[in-house]
Amino acid sequence: MYKIVSKRVLNPTVTMMDIYAPLVAKKAEAGQFIILRVDKDGERIPLTVAGYDRTAGTVKIIFQIVGGTTMLLNAKEEGEFIEDFVGPLGCATKTEGIKKVCIVGGGVGCAIALPVAQKFHELGCEVHSIIGFRNKDLLILEEEFKACSDKLTVMTDDGSYGRQGVVTVPLKEAIEAGENYDEVITIGPLIMMKFVVATTKPYGVPTTVSMNPIMIDGTGMCGGCRLTVGGKTKFACVDGPDFDGFEVDFDEAMARSNAYAEFEQRAREKNCNLLKGAN
Amino acid sequence: MAIQPKKHEMPTQPALVRARNFEEVALGYSEEIAVAEAQRCLNCKNKPCVEGCPVNVAIPDFISKVKTGDFEGAYQIISESSSLPAVCGRVCPQETQCESKCTVGIKFEPVGIGRLERFVADWHNTHFKGEPTLPKPNGHKVAVVGSGPSGLTCAGDLAKKGYKVTVFEALHLAGGVLVYGIPEFRLPKEIVEKEVETLKKYGVDVETNVVIGKTLTVDELFEDGYEAVFIGSGAGLPRFMGIKGEGLKGVYSANEFLTRANLMKAYQSNAQTPILRAKSVAVVGGGNVAMDAARTALRLGAESVRIIYRRSMEELPARKEEVEHAEEEGVKFDILRNPVEIIGYNNPEDKRDPKNGTVVGVKVIKCELGEPDEKGRRRPVEVEGSEYVIDVDCIIMAIGTSPNPLIKNTTAGLEVNKRGGIIVEENTGKTSKEGVYAGGDAVTGAATVILAMGAGKTAAKAIDTYLSKK
Repeated sequence: MYKIVSKRVLNPTVTMMDIYAPLVAKKAEAGQFIILRVDKDGERIPLTVAGYDRTAGTVKIIFQIVGGTTMLLNAKEEGEFIEDFVGPLGCATKTEGIKKVCIVGGGVGCAIALPVAQKFHELGCEVHSIIGFRNKDLLILEEEFKACSDKLTVMTDDGSYGRQGVVTVPLKEAIEAGENYDEVITIGPLIMMKFVVATTKPYGVPTTVSMNPIMIDGTGMCGGCRLTVGGKTKFACVDGPDFDGFEVDFDEAMARSNAYAEFEQRAREKNCNLLKGAN
Repeated sequence: MAIQPKKHEMPTQPALVRARNFEEVALGYSEEIAVAEAQRCLNCKNKPCVEGCPVNVAIPDFISKVKTGDFEGAYQIISESSSLPAVCGRVCPQETQCESKCTVGIKFEPVGIGRLERFVADWHNTHFKGEPTLPKPNGHKVAVVGSGPSGLTCAGDLAKKGYKVTVFEALHLAGGVLVYGIPEFRLPKEIVEKEVETLKKYGVDVETNVVIGKTLTVDELFEDGYEAVFIGSGAGLPRFMGIKGEGLKGVYSANEFLTRANLMKAYQSNAQTPILRAKSVAVVGGGNVAMDAARTALRLGAESVRIIYRRSMEELPARKEEVEHAEEEGVKFDILRNPVEIIGYNNPEDKRDPKNGTVVGVKVIKCELGEPDEKGRRRPVEVEGSEYVIDVDCIIMAIGTSPNPLIKNTTAGLEVNKRGGIIVEENTGKTSKEGVYAGGDAVTGAATVILAMGAGKTAAKAIDTYLSKK
């Protein structure tokens, strides 16, 4: 059992938790992920590491309430426990040779982008961050990004905060203005990452994408997280989750990501009614 | 007294009933049948059956106890050699091991050794209420990586010698392939749980949610005071064919399909883990895993389930009993066929149609058997122009696995072969790294439960020798 040391609601659909898991906290690096189960007989879900405190032995997770399991997780309070928490899994984000980086985050993906930005900042790189949200109410982690970015651009789809528009607009402007990024790292919805890649590719700016496919074991056993990268089958859990964005087959990844959409919908409704009953 | 020529039949659920439930297929011998079957054993002098057993269970001795109705005595004899008798009695391929050597089998059907082993283990689990006699601790600490058959066997053998053993398991539950791979109807999970509980009584600690190679490395285990490490981390990533369409929705590896069904209990109506409830399923491959996947698909409600295998029925690598069970339950065998493409649904009018990217069929090509390959199995040769499409909405790839890279990548000095399997000395399980031993699928690639147990046993013996000298 793993204790929820702290819980903070970031916006109506996104929650942050610190989980006491000293072995995971000792090893976790930006870009890696963990797998958790909320309760016995629960589903295993992967969540990317959003931070860690090696001294306190805690690992930070930030999740969007999208399905049955995240709903159950969100119903847990500070001081309560979750059943299983394993990691750190996957490979850490590569930092070698990078002096100037642009981090492009979208929605809850910004939670995962943050430790990556922080890592580059700590290493003394020049960090530009572009973070995008649907609207002002969904904005998260602005202060944290400000603290680790040499330049921060906030975008909202509806213009209710920051600049109006999608993240690829300022990205393209920056590249055209001659910002020579050694790397663009993008983390967010698949469709956004696909368009980020479409933006950087004509300029040949190396672009890393952080994939978050459906997983079960997360240790290289089940093969559920496979992607086609450069025409070859790759496994996000052991080969990733970071991949060369130019090589990823996004259309396939998008189709695979909604394989259980109907089931998710039903689970969400079921748990919603369940939790309503409990309150 | 004349020997009854045939084995006593194993009572089973009727085929068409069991094909729709997850209850165990074989129901087990009664005491009467067990004693009668034991009478068929000649207790012959040279005991060839013992040689045929990878862990050398004293077979005639335990059968003699069964003859006299001393079932607990029989259990004690088996447990001297085997840490998991209730498991072995169910999943060992006895027909190619102990039973293939049986003297009675020269003229008649061999003694039903596996069925008797299962009976004895189940009898013990139901009737025995005492506690095991604990060995005197010898002060040595050993780490075991993986709680599958090789790891549990190695841990059990060492604990019984007084070692303090900790088993590290990556998943949330102990048992490895016994809980994620082999289905409930062939090996009830309750039985695995009991075997693990028995090991815990011997003082074995099981740490779940620890991935060696990630959470901790092998070198860190030594730093933590473990004096030897056994790696039984099992087989790794599933293989795919490399044909078009393997990324479509509805294409599973057998590992994923079985893990969803078994470990995550997706077959239960209240499960939180989803699984595709397909109408028409094709399983590619001919091994035991393929049979497990096909029979699981039937039980999940598929109307039609077929095995696609590129050789003929004679070459099927699965146990004969598993093939027979699958056939009785209604699994069809499309032999001498090889998939060349998986076909997906695509609505050009509507790019957002959720059906886009789901499997609707598999194109296969007919094969003929050609010259034998290096293993002596006749090679399938594709017949040009013989392709046709089978309508299916789910495809399960059961064509093997390649070793997991996590430990290899994080353990300096651990040598692996071309395929990524850990290299060991056959008689000891010793690897190229001091104090590190390995066995099971991590070494051999996909094999059987009992071979993995044999390797765990060999390594336990070698670790004992190594640490006794230290």
